[in-house]
Amino acid sequence: MSEPVIKCQSVYKIFGANAERMLKEANGNVDAKTFQENGCIVGVNNASFEVSKGEMLVVMGLSGSGKSTLLRCISRLTDATGGKIFIEGQDLLNLNNKELIDLRRNKMGMVFQSFALLPHKTVLENIAFPLQIKGIKTEDSINKAMDMVKLVGLDGRENYFPRELSGGQQQRVGIARSLAVEPDIWFLDEPFSALDPLIRKEMQDEFLRLQEKLQKTIMFITHDFDEALKLADRIAIMKDGIIEQLDTPANIVLNPATEYVRKFTEEVPREKVLLIKDVMDETTSDVGDLKVSKDEIIENVAEKILTQEKTVAVTDSKNNIVGSINPAKIINTVFGGRKNNH
Amino acid sequence: MELLKKYPKSFQWLFLLAVFFALCFAIDVPETYKFIRGQAEFVKDPNQSAFVFLGKEVRYYAFDVFWRLPPLLGWLPIWINDSLFFLMNDWMPMEFWNEDTQEYKTRPLVLQITRNLTAFMTFLIELIREILLGGLETIVAFTSWDWIDANPWAELPGLPWTIVAAGSAILAYKLGGKGLAIYALLSMTYISIFGQWKPSMQTLSFILVAAPLSFIFGLGLGVAAFKNKRVEKALYPILLVMQTMPQYAVLVPALVLFGVGDHAAVIITMIVAVPPMILLTLLGLRAVPPEVIEAGRMSGCNNWQLMSKVLIPTARRDILIGVNQVIMVCFSMAVISAFIGAKGLGFNLLLALNQLNIGLALEAGLCISLIAILLDKMSLAWANKQVDYFGNLNFFQRNKNSLFFGVVVIAGILLAYLGSIYFKDGYNYLFEVPHNKGISTADFWNKGVDWIFDAFFVYIKAFNTWLIVDVLQPMRALYLRMPAIATLVLVVGAGYLIGGVRSALVVCGLTLFIALSPWWDRALVTTYMATFGVIVSCIIGFTVGTLCFQNKHSTNFMLNVCDIFQTFPSFVYLIPVMMLFGITDTSVLIAVIVYATIPATRYTIEGLRSVPAGLHDAATMSGVTKFQRLFKIEFPLAFPHMMLGLNQTIVFALFMVIIGAFIGTEDLGQYILKALSDKKGAGIGLTLGICVAFIGLIFDNLIRTWVGKRKKHLGID
Repeated sequence: MSEPVIKCQSVYKIFGANAERMLKEANGNVDAKTFQENGCIVGVNNASFEVSKGEMLVVMGLSGSGKSTLLRCISRLTDATGGKIFIEGQDLLNLNNKELIDLRRNKMGMVFQSFALLPHKTVLENIAFPLQIKGIKTEDSINKAMDMVKLVGLDGRENYFPRELSGGQQQRVGIARSLAVEPDIWFLDEPFSALDPLIRKEMQDEFLRLQEKLQKTIMFITHDFDEALKLADRIAIMKDGIIEQLDTPANIVLNPATEYVRKFTEEVPREKVLLIKDVMDETTSDVGDLKVSKDEIIENVAEKILTQEKTVAVTDSKNNIVGSINPAKIINTVFGGRKNNH
Repeated sequence: MELLKKYPKSFQWLFLLAVFFALCFAIDVPETYKFIRGQAEFVKDPNQSAFVFLGKEVRYYAFDVFWRLPPLLGWLPIWINDSLFFLMNDWMPMEFWNEDTQEYKTRPLVLQITRNLTAFMTFLIELIREILLGGLETIVAFTSWDWIDANPWAELPGLPWTIVAAGSAILAYKLGGKGLAIYALLSMTYISIFGQWKPSMQTLSFILVAAPLSFIFGLGLGVAAFKNKRVEKALYPILLVMQTMPQYAVLVPALVLFGVGDHAAVIITMIVAVPPMILLTLLGLRAVPPEVIEAGRMSGCNNWQLMSKVLIPTARRDILIGVNQVIMVCFSMAVISAFIGAKGLGFNLLLALNQLNIGLALEAGLCISLIAILLDKMSLAWANKQVDYFGNLNFFQRNKNSLFFGVVVIAGILLAYLGSIYFKDGYNYLFEVPHNKGISTADFWNKGVDWIFDAFFVYIKAFNTWLIVDVLQPMRALYLRMPAIATLVLVVGAGYLIGGVRSALVVCGLTLFIALSPWWDRALVTTYMATFGVIVSCIIGFTVGTLCFQNKHSTNFMLNVCDIFQTFPSFVYLIPVMMLFGITDTSVLIAVIVYATIPATRYTIEGLRSVPAGLHDAATMSGVTKFQRLFKIEFPLAFPHMMLGLNQTIVFALFMVIIGAFIGTEDLGQYILKALSDKKGAGIGLTLGICVAFIGLIFDNLIRTWVGKRKKHLGID
């Protein structure tokens, strides 16, 4: 496998006057309570993970869990107190100011919860802003920005001011702006949290469509577990600055690592989240005629499988049989096991 | 005992008052005490004692430590004076090239700097003035007098008044729409027709120089303070003092440094106008949402781009409100600067008031008010105007205002030319209406004043006598009867009860400064006048505010009235009261009351309005009557904001009391006025100004601390 795009090694972020000294004294064993007694607040506590190219990592946590702080460490909007962060092999914390600005101008894009549009610029000018900051000629930047306007479906509104747009439209501008410089790495900080539920769903679908097309390396922050499940390749669940579990959505739902994670998974409708491949058996013998794809969501094929008496064959994209699934397993997955997992 | 436990605070206050009164009665008035001890050091009197501090001899009358503190700070004004003189006349002499005599001359550095600065300011003012009114100076500055004599045609012609009036209407239209444009046109025409054109343009040119310079400095310092905590900490005390310093106390040191005239006034105006700009810049930059800053950073902005392309445009509105403040401060300084010889409307006003020509004063005052409202409304309209998109308009649509102005300029020149043919022998009224040729209403007003005096003299006099004999004199005597120690105990005790040790120390320091200066008695007189004004203003303001709040229309109406009255320079308020009450303390106090009622009313309305709508609904659903709602819900919640209004009322009252010295009062202001005409007045003027500022700051500290605690307690912001 090629080098990860983002790589974090025991990243700490501690707020407070003598945070650095305390971190050194703690010797890698940071306890939030002792720090708090000494006037320090632990934002991120020993975060280590990698994100590879084209992957979407969703960081999920409730407010105050340190998820936004973690993102700001990786975009270096704040400086991490300890640990190492590598962006495409470059040591982020050792970059000087000029290198950092170069990195942001060419490699990174970020979307914000409150949209953070410039109120005195039109949609088009907002989107062209990062390009113009880079020093690209006005005409070229406007042309490029126009492409972005079309990409997010705001054509016809390019000369509006942010104050004249709805929340969803404003966030489309935010997304277009963050994509204008064609960054490899895309940070999204609760981009849809400020939107109404219906608009949010629409934007999530739109976002998935974009990602299908663009294949960026993404860190996505959210406090909404359902959103995380819907979007993520992998999910990191944070609590009090600590990453409680980092795994694929299916694994998190099926095997929550801690009590805290389990609470989130309890109410999740599994048939809507899990794929056939997540619950299928490896055995390929003794299967019936019906075949289902391993990448189907259970809900979509459950009825078909449940009307069968025999085990159903599971196929991969080339129509080879790679496993099997029997109706009982489906019923067990959907209805059973929940309360017994304790 | 139970009561004591239930209301511990009240008992602490009662105890404090008891101590205060005990001290008052225990300490007798010494027999040697004579009121008005100030400025003792300048009167040689065999009864005086003297001490020497830092090489300065300070003379004073014998004192009783408990009754009045020794004037230990008596050396401060002398020292400030000597230092200033030393700086100006002896410090760092250097060789400077003299353009006129073509040789090197030795001059002290500071003197040279101030002279250069002065020359630069004079040039700027003359330039603008001559664009508006015409003249020679600018061209002379670039060439020489000889050249002008050789080329008599070379003179800036000045703009005909028609162009300036139409131009301001076009600008007003662009900023604020039709209504404002009509107002601009009418008031400019009025000014011209009534013969006030020249002084008005002189005042305007003063503002056109002072305001942009103040804006630049204010913005720069505001940005510096935003980026660097240390700069902010260094600026903070200066900003605080400048906010409560009476504007005309700053005029005095300016005299020494820059001499008499418009240039000195511009420089000193900047010193007064920059602080509010700094404050509003800081406020605006702080209010930029952190995510917008982060978005700028993630777009790859360097520090300069972040400031110029993200922060300042986003904080545009607050910064433009700062511009509004700057313009208004510049305007009121332009009027007050008449005391140090600035030309314009203020000078005419001062002259008229000195001659007791109320009619002329009213005319000048009316012009000042018209221009003040115009400037205020225009700059506010600019602040509230939102950026528009022009890309889809063609050249004519985009530039219609400039094009129209071009047409107006041509038309105006043609008119002026036609006028020069038509009014061949007399004055060209289409170019400029001369000062004494306009329509004058002064006679009418003077007759009116005479009539009022004839008709109501008896009543006014009776009221006057009653107020002075039965209210003011006893109150003044009571204030002067307070032993210094008792006052100090009261103030420090209040500081401790409100804000703990910290507040007590701050307040103690401020009070001690005044008590140790030679002007404690005068400060007491100032305080008594201010107190009287504040009490009456608050009663009126709170009542009027509450009454107006009962109805939406009257609320808006009252706020508009407050807006308009607040734009008038404080000096203008003296005209009508002098008209009615002549030269007495009553006049000053009435001016104080009118002026200080504005913030009291405004803050009352704003406070009541800030009570959340949800609470209103909740109260209504609990079935309260209108009175219950007012007293149980609205007043308690609005009270902190109303107290901030009280704070403003005190500052406004102090300002007016000090300016009232012009009419003749026996307080600190009187000495500031004296210092203006005193060669050695700089130190005294500045120290007196600081004393007044400190009186304001004592109340400011107490009220703000209390309000902060109360708001926290109530959970408001």
